[in-house]
Amino acid sequence: MSFSSAGYQLQPVLPELVLAVGAMVLLMIGAYRGQGTTRLVTTLAVLLLVLTGVLELWLPAGKLVTFGGSFIVDDFARFLKILALIGSAVTLILATEFLSQPSGRSFEFSILVLLSTLGMMVLISAGDLISLYLGLELMSLALYVVAASQRDNAKSSEAGLKYFVLGALSSGMLLYGASLIYGFTGTVSFAGIAAAATKGSIGIVFGLVFLLAGLCFKVSAVPFHMWTPDVYEGAPTPVTAFFASAPKVAALAVFTRATLTAFPGIVTEWQQILVFVSIASMALGSFAAIGQTNIKRLMAYSSIGHMGFALVGLASGTVEGAQGVLVYIAIYVAMTLGSFAIILAMKRDGQALEQISDFAGLSRTNPLLAFIFAMLLFSLAGIPPLAGFFAKWYVFVAAIKANLFTLAVIGVLTSVVGAFYYLSIVKVMYFDQPIGKLDPVRVELRTVLAVAGIFNIFFFAYPGPLVSMASAAAKSLF
Amino acid sequence: MTTWPILSVTTFLPAVGAILVYLLARGGDETANRTARWIALWTTLITFAISLILVARFDPASTDFQFVEKASWLATGINYHMGVDGISLPLLILTTAIMPLCIIASWKAITQRVGEYMMAFLILETLMVGTFSALDLVLFYLFFEGGLIPMFLIIGVWGGPRRVYASFKFFLYTLLGSVLMLLAIMALYWNAGTTDIPTLMHTAVPRGMQTWAWLAFFASFAVKMPMWPVHTWLPDAHVEAPTAGSVVLAAILLKMGGYGFLRFSLPMFPLASHDFAPFVFTLSVIAIIYTSLVALMQEDMKKLIAYSSVAHMGFVTMGIFAVTTQGVAGGMFQMVSHGIVSGALFLCVGIVYDRMHSREIATYGGLVNRMPLYAMTFMVFTMANVGLPGTSGFVGEFMTLIGTFKVSLPTAFFATTGVILSAAYALWLYRKVVFGALVKPALMSIKDLTFRECLTLFPLIALTILFGVYPKPVLDMSAASVQQLVNNYNTAVTAVKAASLVVK
Repeated sequence: MSFSSAGYQLQPVLPELVLAVGAMVLLMIGAYRGQGTTRLVTTLAVLLLVLTGVLELWLPAGKLVTFGGSFIVDDFARFLKILALIGSAVTLILATEFLSQPSGRSFEFSILVLLSTLGMMVLISAGDLISLYLGLELMSLALYVVAASQRDNAKSSEAGLKYFVLGALSSGMLLYGASLIYGFTGTVSFAGIAAAATKGSIGIVFGLVFLLAGLCFKVSAVPFHMWTPDVYEGAPTPVTAFFASAPKVAALAVFTRATLTAFPGIVTEWQQILVFVSIASMALGSFAAIGQTNIKRLMAYSSIGHMGFALVGLASGTVEGAQGVLVYIAIYVAMTLGSFAIILAMKRDGQALEQISDFAGLSRTNPLLAFIFAMLLFSLAGIPPLAGFFAKWYVFVAAIKANLFTLAVIGVLTSVVGAFYYLSIVKVMYFDQPIGKLDPVRVELRTVLAVAGIFNIFFFAYPGPLVSMASAAAKSLF
Repeated sequence: MTTWPILSVTTFLPAVGAILVYLLARGGDETANRTARWIALWTTLITFAISLILVARFDPASTDFQFVEKASWLATGINYHMGVDGISLPLLILTTAIMPLCIIASWKAITQRVGEYMMAFLILETLMVGTFSALDLVLFYLFFEGGLIPMFLIIGVWGGPRRVYASFKFFLYTLLGSVLMLLAIMALYWNAGTTDIPTLMHTAVPRGMQTWAWLAFFASFAVKMPMWPVHTWLPDAHVEAPTAGSVVLAAILLKMGGYGFLRFSLPMFPLASHDFAPFVFTLSVIAIIYTSLVALMQEDMKKLIAYSSVAHMGFVTMGIFAVTTQGVAGGMFQMVSHGIVSGALFLCVGIVYDRMHSREIATYGGLVNRMPLYAMTFMVFTMANVGLPGTSGFVGEFMTLIGTFKVSLPTAFFATTGVILSAAYALWLYRKVVFGALVKPALMSIKDLTFRECLTLFPLIALTILFGVYPKPVLDMSAASVQQLVNNYNTAVTAVKAASLVVK
């Protein structure tokens, strides 16, 4: 079989190839020219991510399949890849300051982010269990390393190690599930599994449970969320911002694709798992966040809750649900990156501030920053007319259509509980007395904040493009 | 006739004003504060003037929505759809009329962060006007819930000592009710394929779904109204909010509950409304009697008026769910009247609070000796609150009671006792504060109304008396829409009764 024959075209993977080769070139630059090139490598890495995104959009429209069905580029993949690329690129921009400091000076950071992004792109396009695992591991291995990138810091090392050990465990479970599914269906391709698994035999359901457990770990859904608060708190803040954005996109993408395209015949089996997982995530995310005093830990619980909300859409198992997930994750990424830009901007005398009490009186010392953060928090709480409301609208409207009333009612009730802790931060910023001025906010943070803030506040005025893109992407799965 | 989008202009002009305040009133010094105040005042005045064009061009004989604007927005069936009818227009005018008064009332009282304060009020006005003119459920929800954000900040930043508790309670209570309504909105969307309000009014909702949807909407509006027993956020919010915040809360935000019942519950779920009417009557009567008794025991002036608001809103819910022409029209009128009167009462409390920094009734006494003008003003509104004939308060209570007598005698009977109780607490408050000898040394130098305070109160006195003796303007504006609402409701209910007779 020649390499360019119909089943093995290279064109669909061109963006990934460019990203992989580019990452290697940057690695060489860094390796031969030393740590002095950190800034150059970071800049080039951002440009490389942009180039990859452009290539992705340049690919011919429609569904492209290559490597015998292992790799699929459809509207769903395009939508999420662009989102993941944006997430990674913005993270690198947010990390500029961190990378310019002596403690964080390492060109490897950008390269690891690039490699992890490559893993995400493979994961998003995965059409069978092998490419799923391949992408997942490439993404995760790079993440383990960046979590521990501050080697001298005990918390950072602990975060990296914890993430690695638990991540390895979850990979094991996922692999076990995948092997069971292969054993009972005789194929690894999602389409083949869908054809074989028309009714839920015990073996397939067993495999499905393990597979979902592994995926739940990656999206940090309850009961596989335990690593999240510690890793979020321990990792350097730009790394936390990365964890909270792009990998979540990829993990949620594969979660959606695997459940909807490989197991459409046994919806009832996985639906009950997802209903439980999303209820548990929403509840834990809301209640456990109340007692937090560290803003990064709080964001960890917030992200657990948000993954619960996103899974509400998936639990409905319909095209509306998939659309809900896509809208949700897109808005979530914007809100999260904005919030982390604020957290990175919180510096006094060069010292990073991570306690919620440090935000006291921010509305007096830095009104604009406080206003944007308040709007982001209201948005995370799902209060209209901010973007976060529309995210919740689309997932819950799908759940109502699928008659998942209990899930929807519990979901909205936990969102009220969640509103409490977001309000508590607004309270600290607006109602409490100020405790001192912040350092001036760096220009790259200001840019990210402006974009995230405008997107978040004015989404209601022009929601059409994102919603219709998500709708097209969701339809491409069915 | 020109075709400029008059409703959208009315809605979003205050938001533009808020942006102007942000751009022009920077720095936080006295000049910036003055700029912020003047921009806010002019914005609200111009908005009010534009809303008067609505009144002039409104055709009260038509039952259709007027000044309709429609543009595609979120998805098929979820559009940007605005319009008013006889039920929403009076409340819309009430909003635009009260806002300039709120700005004037805050002129001297607010000295901290004036620009932000004015921005919060202007954004709030946009959201309130939008709530009354939205003709799409999702759009309505957007405005309805969005109002929580500025109000939360107004109570929390410029409020009294327990402002944090009050603002959280206000926000979470209201949100809890509303999220359930949101789910019902979604269910309606799948049932009819649209969230367009005029379409939904003519779409039959299955019986079983009506019950659940009614309850979900009720959860939201009952909290907003507020009805007993979910009224407990209101006294806290009123007491802690700055004067203008209390005014907006009492005059406008509470009306959203009643508006919701009239706009959604009755037309969309007539059968469930019919089933639940006795339940609403019971809650209304309890609210009227119980909160009146609670008001008698208050030591804080604002709290007393807050409880009296709950009692007066009881008349509104009772009248609305009687679904007779008099009951609904009376409920409408009572909302407008209560908006004027309770708003004015909070302004009156604010005036003495600005001087003495106390809301305790015991702080005052004998004010008539030094503040004759204030005593006269306060008396007019106390009497209106009692429901004395010749004031607007009388018309609303009387009509709701007549409307209810035709439907449920016991309800109306017990509700009437509320009229007596309201006289008891209102006159008691007036006696304690205004009459008697001026013995307290702190009050010896208290000053009468200033020109600015007269400016806020005298228009309201005029309206209270005018609507008391000549309620026609308000009643006429809403008559056709109310009549149609009652007719549609009766048609739906009798159809079901006839059907069940056939089955028997």
